[in-house]
Amino acid sequence: MNLINYLKSKKMLVPLALGLVAFVIVIIAYSINGQVTQAVLASTIRQSTPILLGALCGILCERSGVVNIGIEGQMLLSAFMGFMVNVWTGNLFVAVLAGMATGALLGLLHAFMSVTLKLDQIIGGSVINILALGLTGFFYTAGLTTKGKLQPISLGFLAEIPLVGPVLFRNPPITFVAILLVFILQFVLFKTTWGLRTRAVGEHPRAADTLGINVFTTRYINVIMGGAIAGLAGAFLTLEAVGSFERNMTNGRGFVALAVMIFGKWSPLGAWGAALLFGFANAVQTQIQFAGTINIPHQFIGMLPYLLTIIVLAGFVGRARPPAADGEPYEKE
Amino acid sequence: MANKPVLESKNITKRFPGVLANDQVSMHLDEGEILAILGENGAGKTTLLNIIYGLYSQDEGDIFINGELTTINNPQDAIKKGIGMVHQHFMLVPVFTVTENMILGAEVSTAGVLNLKEARRRILEISNAYGLKVDPDAIVEELPVGIQQRVEILKALFRDARILILDEPTAVLTPQEIEELFDVMRELKSKGVSIIFISHKLKEVLAIADRIMVMRRGAVVGETFPKDTNQSDLANMMVGREVLLRVEKEEAHPKEPVFEIVDLSIQEPGQLHTVKNVSLTVLEGEILGIAGVQGNGQTELVEGITGLRSYNQGSILIDGKPMPVEKPRALVENGMAHIPEDRQKHGLVLPYPLTDNLVLCSYYEHPFVKGIVRNEDAIEEHAIKLIDAFDIRTPSPYIDAGNLSGGNQQKLIVARELSRDVKIVIANQPTRGLDVGSIEYIHRTLVEMRDRGVGILLVSAELDEIMSLSDRIAVIYEGEIVAILDAKDATREELGILMAGSRKHLSEEATA
Ligand SMILES: Nc1ncnc2c1ncn2[C@@H]1O[C@H](COP(=O)(O)OP(=O)(O)OP(=O)(O)O)[C@@H](O)[C@H]1O
Ligand SMILES: [Mg+2]
Repeated sequence: MNLINYLKSKKMLVPLALGLVAFVIVIIAYSINGQVTQAVLASTIRQSTPILLGALCGILCERSGVVNIGIEGQMLLSAFMGFMVNVWTGNLFVAVLAGMATGALLGLLHAFMSVTLKLDQIIGGSVINILALGLTGFFYTAGLTTKGKLQPISLGFLAEIPLVGPVLFRNPPITFVAILLVFILQFVLFKTTWGLRTRAVGEHPRAADTLGINVFTTRYINVIMGGAIAGLAGAFLTLEAVGSFERNMTNGRGFVALAVMIFGKWSPLGAWGAALLFGFANAVQTQIQFAGTINIPHQFIGMLPYLLTIIVLAGFVGRARPPAADGEPYEKE
Repeated sequence: MANKPVLESKNITKRFPGVLANDQVSMHLDEGEILAILGENGAGKTTLLNIIYGLYSQDEGDIFINGELTTINNPQDAIKKGIGMVHQHFMLVPVFTVTENMILGAEVSTAGVLNLKEARRRILEISNAYGLKVDPDAIVEELPVGIQQRVEILKALFRDARILILDEPTAVLTPQEIEELFDVMRELKSKGVSIIFISHKLKEVLAIADRIMVMRRGAVVGETFPKDTNQSDLANMMVGREVLLRVEKEEAHPKEPVFEIVDLSIQEPGQLHTVKNVSLTVLEGEILGIAGVQGNGQTELVEGITGLRSYNQGSILIDGKPMPVEKPRALVENGMAHIPEDRQKHGLVLPYPLTDNLVLCSYYEHPFVKGIVRNEDAIEEHAIKLIDAFDIRTPSPYIDAGNLSGGNQQKLIVARELSRDVKIVIANQPTRGLDVGSIEYIHRTLVEMRDRGVGILLVSAELDEIMSLSDRIAVIYEGEIVAILDAKDATREELGILMAGSRKHLSEEATA
């Protein structure tokens, strides 16, 4: 009982319980069909990565008080630029950097519109989405493919552990970075000076201002860093997952990322949990469609991830409160 | 070194659209001195201090620190120069802990990583040194206003301020806490800290200040010393006319019960009762005061009976009719007016203009609507009428409520609530932050309403206010009503003892 109360007070009860349920299901599934289970879990991680990265971008922006619905566009244009740079240079690393730089630049644009010009942030984000869709559509050239793709890296003996090894410890680099970022950002937001200031600016910018914290700079930096992370998500799509660029290939992931951010209560660990759930539902859905044994129109199966995510998260994860100054431009006088 | 002022302003002028907020203000502050600034609501006190603290920039004029011309562009410059400010409206992040709020901007860290343990230790050290007790791990929004104020003061001390600006720090404190604050101020003064202190309470100013500066309509109109003046002279100097410092009222003629609270209890899950079996009856034509040390359930009680919070048990009745739980509109429509404790949180929509704020509870009724559209003419006319009647200092009825001075925001709420045709007024700290002239006006209005047969429930941390306005006084202690007295028989000493928690049986005749 004491333990339960402790976990409750630390807000760890629900995540732990969900984790435990998931763990048991996985064990049972693995004992029934090892191969399929491994495939589903590996696909869970793959599917969740871009959404997770998008959500991390959203968290940085909103924690500092800037609503960013332009994540979709940031991802899309970054995916395109990363792809094109790879096609030109043949270098994957430079291509990833180009993707991140593109995201960061769009972040800068968003920060300029919402922090300096104090435009409506929803409009600012839409501008970015439309811009990205237009630019990529216009410059899109059919038939190009990347020169190579980011390949999985095995983390030594860890990768040899059955099931866990291949799923968690044998992944391509951006996937690893995404998981690493969860922990880094969780630490930065809640344990460092920078994080404290960022959260203060998102909650009560005037109070932060009276203590000598520069609200504008703090917001700029967070939105730009968030942009770079969204850029990484774009790079993931072209350089790690697919190996080519298609029109509108983000396909709403930037918006799902926002939902995942909210379900994760604006915390990186929470968003990871929510993103994994969404990824899992997607993986199961794909598996069902592959197996083709169940005779349901595929549109309905396609709805499954969204439905499952909504039910689990709305049912088990309580209401969260967004940062108080989220979306409000700061006026000095 | 010849006594150079630590802080000096020369001919500071500041204009806001339509207002001259500071007009050639020159002042100085000596080392180890407590300077009180007095002035009616909207006189420009906060503006002057915000300029010194770097939040606003002056249009004209210079600031000198230790005799040197200094430009202060932002609060960071001010903090570096040893200036600390406790703002009129809290500058605390509600969802942060006390520790997080204290260290924000002056973090205790190694290589960018917060050292919360060390921060806690230092906070406790300072809080012990000055006898300002706080729980470093408490979430700020869960603390009563009095403690939040304490956090604000500690915040400045945490930054080693040598010049401390206190903008109406006592407005939300209990008499006991005010005494403690004065001890802290004297302690700081003995350590050479210079203090600028703003208050509308003349008694306090006379008690603590070394020197008093008076402002009116943006300009300095005089300077004096506590030994050369008294309350009525000061009031006169501030407002520019004679002010009545006492409440004048006739004997009350109470009639039928208009508002009943029956056996009301409020308990948050997992906590002790904040309000316990409270039963009170307010009669038509009387003022029932609730006296009590802040934090004894007054906030929760008032939120419960005004529909802002639900309760576990009990009921409330207006004119004998039971009222639904947590339905503010039903209460408003049944004739309740509410002046809330926290004007910015529950009283106003700060980014809305005065006109809209004045029709917040009646915008959907005649004459403010025509069919489905607003009747802008009626709304404007209403605003102009109230601005005039309640002497709200504003350049126009269309500026945002957030741009008014603190006291004028309060007057805005009072104007809206007391101008409606109501049966019962719940007034929680109705004159907090108001200048003597406005207090006089609001007290007179409340008494007039009483005489018209309105029931008034007055909650106030000011014992003086309770004693001079009320016809009956209920004392609340730890969420319970421990006594109900006739105001004529109540003495300050007796109330003090009851408020401190010694029980007394409800006297039968007083409850009748
Ligand atoms: N940010 C602002 N924008 C526009 N007008 C403002 C702003 N701040 C203050 N004012 C105006 O400047 C004048 C002086 O306001 P100030 O807040 O300095 O008064 P004050 O003396 O502190 O009053 P109070 O005792 O009520 O707090 C008021 O008329 C107010 O409406
Ligand atoms: Mg003021």
